[in-house]
Amino acid sequence: MDFGFIFSSALGELFSPTTAAYALAALGLAVHFGYSGLLNFGQAGFMAVGAYGFAISTLTFDAPFFLALIISILCSVIFAFILGIPTLRLRADYLAIVTIAAAEIVRYVVTTNQLTSVTGSANGLAAFENTFYAMNPFPEGSYMGMNNRDFFIRVIGWGLVIVCCLLVWLLMRSPWGRVLKGIREDENAVRSLGKNVYAYKMQALIIGGVLGALAGMIFTLPRGAVQPSNYGTELTFFLWTCLLLGGMATVLGPVIGAMIFWVVLSLTQSLLYGLIESGAVTWLTTVQAGQLRYILVGVALMLLMIFRPQGVFGNKKELAFA
Amino acid sequence: MSETNERNTENIDYMTDSRPIAVGENTPGCKKRDPIVVAEDVTRSFGGINAVDVEYLEIPRHKITALIGPNGAGKTTLFNLLTGFDTPNTGKWQFEGNSLAGVSSYKVARMGMVRTFQLTKVMGKLTVMENMRLGAADQPGERLSKALFKGIWGGREKEITAQANVLLEKFKLDTKKDDYAASLSGGQRKLLEMARSLMVKPKLVMLDEPMAGVNPALTQSLLDHIKNLKAEGMTVLFVEHDMNMVRHIADWVVVMAEGKVVAEGPPGEVMKNPAVIDAYLGAHHDVDLGDAEGIKVLEAELEADEESVVGTEDAGILSEIEETKKEDGK
Repeated sequence: MDFGFIFSSALGELFSPTTAAYALAALGLAVHFGYSGLLNFGQAGFMAVGAYGFAISTLTFDAPFFLALIISILCSVIFAFILGIPTLRLRADYLAIVTIAAAEIVRYVVTTNQLTSVTGSANGLAAFENTFYAMNPFPEGSYMGMNNRDFFIRVIGWGLVIVCCLLVWLLMRSPWGRVLKGIREDENAVRSLGKNVYAYKMQALIIGGVLGALAGMIFTLPRGAVQPSNYGTELTFFLWTCLLLGGMATVLGPVIGAMIFWVVLSLTQSLLYGLIESGAVTWLTTVQAGQLRYILVGVALMLLMIFRPQGVFGNKKELAFA
Repeated sequence: MSETNERNTENIDYMTDSRPIAVGENTPGCKKRDPIVVAEDVTRSFGGINAVDVEYLEIPRHKITALIGPNGAGKTTLFNLLTGFDTPNTGKWQFEGNSLAGVSSYKVARMGMVRTFQLTKVMGKLTVMENMRLGAADQPGERLSKALFKGIWGGREKEITAQANVLLEKFKLDTKKDDYAASLSGGQRKLLEMARSLMVKPKLVMLDEPMAGVNPALTQSLLDHIKNLKAEGMTVLFVEHDMNMVRHIADWVVVMAEGKVVAEGPPGEVMKNPAVIDAYLGAHHDVDLGDAEGIKVLEAELEADEESVVGTEDAGILSEIEETKKEDGK
């Protein structure tokens, strides 16, 4: 087994654009659940809206990059309104049901054959990333072992993560963030103090949703393709895993959570493959090993919940009164 | 009429103001000299049961009004209706002349009518200080557009913190201010909730059972706080089962039973009302059983009472025989 390769590929995952996308989307979930108490089980839907919004406006309408970006963000805002208007007056559980259904609806709509000319159906869309890479300021060459395209998307992805973390941190230390946390604890009490709870919840839903849409774009750009199967419910639950790993009501938690998630996945996969190839493990095929690593992530999550339920960055004191 | 009243009241100390509260007789639904809340024909039914059916009710301004009544009389439901947390089936109700029909609860609070809850609601995972700050009005940083810039809201935040510190000291919570609210005891949470509602600087404070779960020593200081609210020009409406408290601080008592207002008037008068005694207080409500004197007084009272067996040969025997005799007589 080549341990050097195993660790370098795990480290590569640490700063991969996919990790950045997961971190952003999980940060959106932190805004939703960690700070506002909104149970969103449809973050994959927001990511899909972001990714398809960008791809469709680029391919079908020939929109330049920034216009496509704005359209995609607007789409996620509208999606948040559609989810929020009927459900935010109700208890939190209803939002959970509606979001999980809405995310599936988005996935099924883009998969329908009637829309093949626009959404590409099950095959998805491809070749929409040129407007993005056309802006690449880095000349061709090797950047820490990456080509200029890989390096560019990493810079943009992680730059976006840093900016969004900063924004969320600024928002959550403000009185606005205090109202959100109050709503998480008891929305009737906040209402009795003269705050428009509905508007605050809607704002939080939109902000988290826009973070999800940005994540969708970062997720899809390096792949050069957007496919409906990437945005299933399991994506949402991976994002929740990241959030729980890192700590719910924290800014850095979701980012670190996403990093841990991908590093653990990569390490377990490489180790298992290495063991199988070297003949040390004979009772497992590589396909089974691919499944097994998700089981291991589940076990890791269970251990974390038992021994450090507040997550890596969470505040133990807050949990004492849960 | 209200204008002349306001002019008159400008120089009046609300603590010692002894002018009559009602205009005319103290009957259920009587008109007040200066009402702050007026409710008319407010009804609310839950599946056929009329929880609240108030024909006419006025709450006097700058006074402490107690709302009493047996369990299930609709006191808390009336609170919910008045503050917009629930919608009545029929009726009109207004606060300082502004109709509140269809006004959502947060707007009612902004108009200056702030309530607390029977089941105390504190934000457990926020500190006591953050709970207090949350109550403050006019914090520009609570708008999303201004939240990012501390320069805009930092100044107001300092004012709010100072205001909160004063209140926390009054309510003896100043040593707890950096603790999570969830770590407070039940009584302390009551105090925090009341202090938080005062952060809004309300005109009318509605307290739902403020004394439930508060220890006697604290009760006394809490009573003083509530009295002081009046001195600061606020109006108080509270629900309470502790008759001592009602007698001590209330200027006006409204009695509800089965959703209706059955009596109102100054505490001394209302507590002598036979309807109120029957429905709610019980015959010997005015005796304080907390001290030895009170028990002696009660014994003396019962001996003088024809229906009581205390002090007769039958003392200690339940009234079963009496009742069978009566039934035979019929």
